[in-house]
Amino acid sequence: MSTSEIDRQWTTRLRRRGFGKLPPEKMLPDTQPSYVASWIYVFGVATISALIVVIATGCVLAIFGPQWWHVSNIGHFVNSLHLWSVEIFFFSMVVHLWGKYFMAAWRGGRAMTWITGMVLFLMSVVTALTGYVSQTNFDSQWISTQAKDAINSTGGGAFFNLLNPGQMLMWHIVLMPLVLVLLVGAHVVMVRIKGVVPPFEENVGADQ
Amino acid sequence: MGPFLSAALLPLNDPGHYFHWHFLEISAANAIVIASMVVVFVLALVLPFPGRRRRKENQ
Repeated sequence: MSTSEIDRQWTTRLRRRGFGKLPPEKMLPDTQPSYVASWIYVFGVATISALIVVIATGCVLAIFGPQWWHVSNIGHFVNSLHLWSVEIFFFSMVVHLWGKYFMAAWRGGRAMTWITGMVLFLMSVVTALTGYVSQTNFDSQWISTQAKDAINSTGGGAFFNLLNPGQMLMWHIVLMPLVLVLLVGAHVVMVRIKGVVPPFEENVGADQ
Repeated sequence: MGPFLSAALLPLNDPGHYFHWHFLEISAANAIVIASMVVVFVLALVLPFPGRRRRKENQ
């Protein structure tokens, strides 16, 4: 195979483009700028850490099923771990959001990083809602019958039916986690490509 | 379910507490979570990060 033929291959072009934009030392850097040494920068990775626990405990709940998480001691415990990791996930995400908002983290060509973060926040709310209505208890019945009116008022009830437990469970354990994991991956890759946004005083002269 | 509820720190069988102020209504639980987030946010800004001075000296 000639060099020009190799250059035209989609695998070659994709690899060069990928490594050109995000070389390994940028994807997994050895050091970070000094301004990153602040507690306000830990909440993004805290959110991802909580998400890992959410997914891991969700997998355990999926293996054993509702009867197990409603009646057994260990089922109650894993169910609680799932709930409280979600609480930490949202808590960290909101503090991360406030931090990024007040440092105008969309500066320096980082608009898509900000937008994917906002979409992630909204998708997380939908994921949490589908989770609340998938508990198979009186709480989920109450939430689904209340929330259906809100969804129906938007017209979304035509395809997103909160009173359909099968649909809600599938959205909660298949569609939404897939969307969230893909978006989190894109969000992190964008942060690595552009780097962590600098504080205002260190950004003098940089593109706004 | 009984042992878990009796072991809880707060009575979970009672109705929740709500704050009312004009048209605003918020549960005590949600208000506590929001207040905690504000406190953590402020602490993250003011508390020194371990190793920060050493990093600056190395640069």
